[in-house]
Amino acid sequence: MHISEGVLSAPVLASGAAFAVAGIAVGLKKLDNERIPQAGILAAAFFVASLVHVPIGPSSVHLVLNGIVGLLLGWAAFPVIAVALLLQAVLFQFGGITTLGVNTLIMAGPAVGCYYLCGPFVKKGNTIALAGAFACGALAILLSALCVAGALVLTGEAFLEISVALVGAHIVVMMIEGIVTMFCVAFLKKVQPEMLPIKQTRGKIPQEKP
Amino acid sequence: MISETFAFGDSVIHRLDPRLRVVFAVLFSILTAISNRFPAVFFALFLAVCLVGLSRIPVKKVLLRLALVNGLVLFIWLVLPWTYEGTPVLEIGPLVVSSEGLRLCALITIKSNAIILALIALISTMPVATLGYALHHLRLPDKLVYLLLMTYRYIFVIETEYQQLARAARVRCFTPGTNLHTYKTYAYLIGMLFVRASARAQRVHQAMVCRGFAGRFYCLHEFAFKKSDWAWGFGMAVGLIALGGLEWALII
Repeated sequence: MHISEGVLSAPVLASGAAFAVAGIAVGLKKLDNERIPQAGILAAAFFVASLVHVPIGPSSVHLVLNGIVGLLLGWAAFPVIAVALLLQAVLFQFGGITTLGVNTLIMAGPAVGCYYLCGPFVKKGNTIALAGAFACGALAILLSALCVAGALVLTGEAFLEISVALVGAHIVVMMIEGIVTMFCVAFLKKVQPEMLPIKQTRGKIPQEKP
Repeated sequence: MISETFAFGDSVIHRLDPRLRVVFAVLFSILTAISNRFPAVFFALFLAVCLVGLSRIPVKKVLLRLALVNGLVLFIWLVLPWTYEGTPVLEIGPLVVSSEGLRLCALITIKSNAIILALIALISTMPVATLGYALHHLRLPDKLVYLLLMTYRYIFVIETEYQQLARAARVRCFTPGTNLHTYKTYAYLIGMLFVRASARAQRVHQAMVCRGFAGRFYCLHEFAFKKSDWAWGFGMAVGLIALGGLEWALII
């Protein structure tokens, strides 16, 4: 989920970058040096996984997986996604330099939001966990699509129709991401439950990031 | 396969100091992104094309990348001219194409391509490791650089691992289709990728601790700013000023 270069206006680019920098700062603060190899290699796994194309009818979509990134990494999702986007820009030119901030916010904001919203459900019993995981995957895409639409509309009213079309086009992606996230969490719960973090959230659910 | 198509070569651009390239690419992208006048964006495109020419990277591959990148731009061309209100230039039944809409589309297309071309010419022409060192010398937070280098180091390894898992699935007659089985298989495959990545991270971290890793990232790479870099830096600064001038001098 990217916004191309040259589309957004200066205030949107600047505020996107400012929020992204703030998010990255929080993420880096919460990520101690000991955990960087872990985060780096997981980032590599997400980078590769997001290149996977799943078929849908005659076409295919690539996975985004920001829901599960958020679930596994919490606030560290911000630096991890920023690094992955930088690598995508350098290696494939998906997105460029000026949109790096906005695109980081578009993907990492919903990831952290889903960590707080859906995380508490994922550690519960089976059915609730699966529903939570589905919601996590689908919601992350929905929020990202809405962020893209918001960034476009804030740039100019003229982009309203395009934004509506974009959000509409992502409904199918939402379903697929939800299903994939659900099965992925089910798999991790069986194979390596300690990877799903969610330790401190017991008792209190912190506020979602504004 | 993930590869650094343009990273290795021998040209004036490849020999430039990476820090200079990063700084120029950032300033150039920002200036281009906020430009709204045709003289300025055409000049930006001209500069970017010159840089690609100087870097002597295969033109065919650059065009292929551009074609992929222009997907969203094409989408904008399909929608925006019809929905943007302004002076009509063409009417087909109930649909009206406005000149303002066309202008905006053209502007976006040129800006987008100029920025991507500059990115290819300046940043994609260095290995990511070098980019990491350059960012370190430009005072980016240690942890972020460290994370970037770590991720870069392992994307190739993890990709091989993914290919291995995908091959194993194919050998077991897995053919992707639009059904739950396919999504389930991909989900398990990706889950397995995470599990293996996590196990590998643990081994890597232990190996690092064994070799005296104390939680700090040291960058041993030093860059030398040569005379030619000063000359190029001057030339680039002139280019940026000209670009800014074309955008703002016309307004004043």
